[in-house]
Amino acid sequence: MATIKLEIVTPEAKTYSDDVDMVTLTGIEGEMGILPQHMPLMTQLVAGEIIAKKGAENIFLAVGDGFVQITGEKISILTDMAIRAENIDAAKAEEARQRAEARLAEKLGEEETATVQSSLLHALTQLKVKQRRHL
Amino acid sequence: MPSTRDIRRRIKSVKNTAQITKAMQMVAAAKMRKAQQAALVGRPYADLMNAILAEAGPRIASFKHPLMEIRDVKKRAIIVVSSDRGLCGGLNSNLFREVAKLDKNTTVYITAGRKASQFVARTKRQLVAEFTYKDAPTFAEARAISKFAQDLFLKNEADAVDILYTKFVSTLVQQPKTIPFLPVGKIQAVTAGVNAPEQELQSAGVRTDSFEFEPDEKSVLSELLPHSLNFQMHQILLEAKASEQSARMVAMKNATDNAKQLIKDLTLEYNKLRQANITKELLEITTAQMAVG
Repeated sequence: MATIKLEIVTPEAKTYSDDVDMVTLTGIEGEMGILPQHMPLMTQLVAGEIIAKKGAENIFLAVGDGFVQITGEKISILTDMAIRAENIDAAKAEEARQRAEARLAEKLGEEETATVQSSLLHALTQLKVKQRRHL
Repeated sequence: MPSTRDIRRRIKSVKNTAQITKAMQMVAAAKMRKAQQAALVGRPYADLMNAILAEAGPRIASFKHPLMEIRDVKKRAIIVVSSDRGLCGGLNSNLFREVAKLDKNTTVYITAGRKASQFVARTKRQLVAEFTYKDAPTFAEARAISKFAQDLFLKNEADAVDILYTKFVSTLVQQPKTIPFLPVGKIQAVTAGVNAPEQELQSAGVRTDSFEFEPDEKSVLSELLPHSLNFQMHQILLEAKASEQSARMVAMKNATDNAKQLIKDLTLEYNKLRQANITKELLEITTAQMAVG
């Protein structure tokens, strides 16, 4: 069976790079499943979950906002956060969420608000992905 | 002829100086490793961003983003990225030599780093904004600079924006470099971190094979372009920081070496003088004895 190369890169590291059978991700217009030989597409990635199916194995990742570019043989994902579900530390994420919410309650400048909001989003996404996998 | 006491005093003071420069060298070396590392980890992201822009760029025909608008350049803005502190060899003076070449009347300056704003103010050039960045430049600091430049461009207050910074080549070599920032006419490769080969993307004609944009070209591009500019700015700050720390380390190492050489020379002189004094005294004693006896 044909496979498609999935590449996920964040400013800190190349998080994931492997050949997979199918990828499910959340684009700006909703969730979509991508199979090999998908038509070339470019869209924005919404914070959420990415499921990469490789053989019988499913790999779950929590990702932040970013961009997706799909060609027939490759999916490139550019995002500000990507972490595998099994590596998520729920306690840490919960702590980060509370910290971010507390900061938001204060009066902040425009720049700071954006920064805090994005870290809040990261924490929430991680928690959501974690909960969905380990209920 | 200085006395032995004078020489001793000088040796002591040079020793103190050497100690300080040695400490600064150590600090800069530690910071340099960190800064180089930071510039390196951004590489894959920058590479992928380049690849995506290169793929998408030629296919965008029907839509021109305002940031891509090419105008006659009547007024140019330049972002000068310098260090906050001195004692880093020729780093800043090399940078400012480039600044001095530009036409005063048609250029406005945006500065990052305290030394640049001091220079621009001292030479009575037009400073529109000054920014600071820390030892570990954050994305937010880069975004602030990039956003200001974009606003300036969109409000027609500048028809082109360039960045002047110190490119990190190696620990021993850093060179001042000007790169175009806006307009994003030819989609430019993000200069990726340490030792990156300079690459420019070929925008070879409009490709006709299909490339879907979801929801449409306009909204994807208006997110992607500012983001890539912000990221480029961030990468440049990281690189400037790596250059600064390397330059400082080398300058301090040279200073320490010079101080050590000086101590050696002074010690030699001191010993010679001491010996000469002893010989003179002996001579005096024997002459006195002969005269008495």
